[in-house]
Amino acid sequence: MLRPRIIPILLIHKGGLVKTFKFGAPKYVGDPLNAVRIFNEKEVDELMVVDIDASRHSIEPNYKLIANLALECRMPLSYGGGVKTVEQFDRIISLGVEKVAVSSAALDDPILISRAAARVGSQSVVAVIDVKRSGLFRKPEVVTLNATKRSGLEPSAFAAKLQELGAGEIVLNNVDRDGEMKGYDFDLIDSVRNAISTPLTVLGGAGSLDDIRSLVCRYGIIGAAAGSLFVFKGKYRAVLINYPSLEEKLGIY
Amino acid sequence: MITIVDYGLGNIQAFANIYKRLGVPFRFAKTSDDLVDASHIILPGVGAFDWAMEQLDLSGMRTTLDRLVREENKHVLGICVGMQMMALRSDEGSSAGLGWFDAKVKRFDESRIQSRTHLPHMGWNDVHPTDTTDLFHELGEGARFYFLHSYYFEPNDPADVLAQTIYGDRFACAVRRGNVYGVQCHPEKSHSWGVQLLKNFAGL
Repeated sequence: MLRPRIIPILLIHKGGLVKTFKFGAPKYVGDPLNAVRIFNEKEVDELMVVDIDASRHSIEPNYKLIANLALECRMPLSYGGGVKTVEQFDRIISLGVEKVAVSSAALDDPILISRAAARVGSQSVVAVIDVKRSGLFRKPEVVTLNATKRSGLEPSAFAAKLQELGAGEIVLNNVDRDGEMKGYDFDLIDSVRNAISTPLTVLGGAGSLDDIRSLVCRYGIIGAAAGSLFVFKGKYRAVLINYPSLEEKLGIY
Repeated sequence: MITIVDYGLGNIQAFANIYKRLGVPFRFAKTSDDLVDASHIILPGVGAFDWAMEQLDLSGMRTTLDRLVREENKHVLGICVGMQMMALRSDEGSSAGLGWFDAKVKRFDESRIQSRTHLPHMGWNDVHPTDTTDLFHELGEGARFYFLHSYYFEPNDPADVLAQTIYGDRFACAVRRGNVYGVQCHPEKSHSWGVQLLKNFAGL
């Protein structure tokens, strides 16, 4: 039986590991390589690492850091941040990363998705859609560059387009719920999931294993990603890397 | 010696890390000369079928690999697209495969998979070995591996099937014919189960 994937997301800022709140206020939570080592021991399903500086400041991905992370990582690894070209896809995959994610580049140059899929295969091409609700009716809209730029696009139609172009996984990232730890936004997930057939991973809002359990209960096979949940413990958000044990996972499935 | 074929595709470093931890000597092969003392060959692979075949051709190692596997009966383990390349052909492309198995690579029939989001087959799934004496030694029921693919390997001879996984239908997630082995999953990224499989391969 295929199982839902429970995925910690690690954010890289100035070479360190951080956690944001609504995409701002990055709080330093530790050393990325050390975090990967701890997640190895906890036998996590998959790991996603996002460099939140690279696209924002238009800089090249930090290949040295990616190589070190890939070297350390004993589980599948996705990398996102600053990727704009097929050559970068290729280079990052060759460092030992399973999947490469793009977000702003998918908006600026959608054909990149198709070209990357032809080169590295759809299964390794991940499209991240950052979504923020705004206006009187709280309509969801695709945003980019750490939610500083609005696109006017509706998330589910955009997800369907990215899938058609060749994305093998869609990561739906809810900016409004980032760091809130109050649960996932099911309305948003419903609309995107109904528009695609490729694997969907959702991020933004998970505050407890119960939140993940309700997600899995509602959707079955899904990628349940979380940042805060796996790096903070308790109401004072003390930094403590954690992940459900095999037994706890059985309680979720 | 365990020899990991480095033709630019696949996570060769992940295999190296595991053998390093296990204390098993290994080397990378970038040219035919590097294959000279290979006793066990690992052929990794990710990406599109035609692209992978082209890269193997460009590496200049294909003829030597063919000889080592077909004539000298060296043990070989194909991983993911590395496994698929051992078939005659693939629905994903037009290039001929290595033909080490009488098999073809097909795309999953999406209508057979229940989940709304179904392709690629991505994540952790159960592996059911038909034989646990060699590659799947100590990997009986409960063994779980990471998968990431949209195409699967279909051998014409059912005797080639070494393990099955259910995704929609049952498919051959591992195959064996004499000295030639292939696995669709990623043992290099499958925690302790994957380490056990790679250890078993080294012990063949």
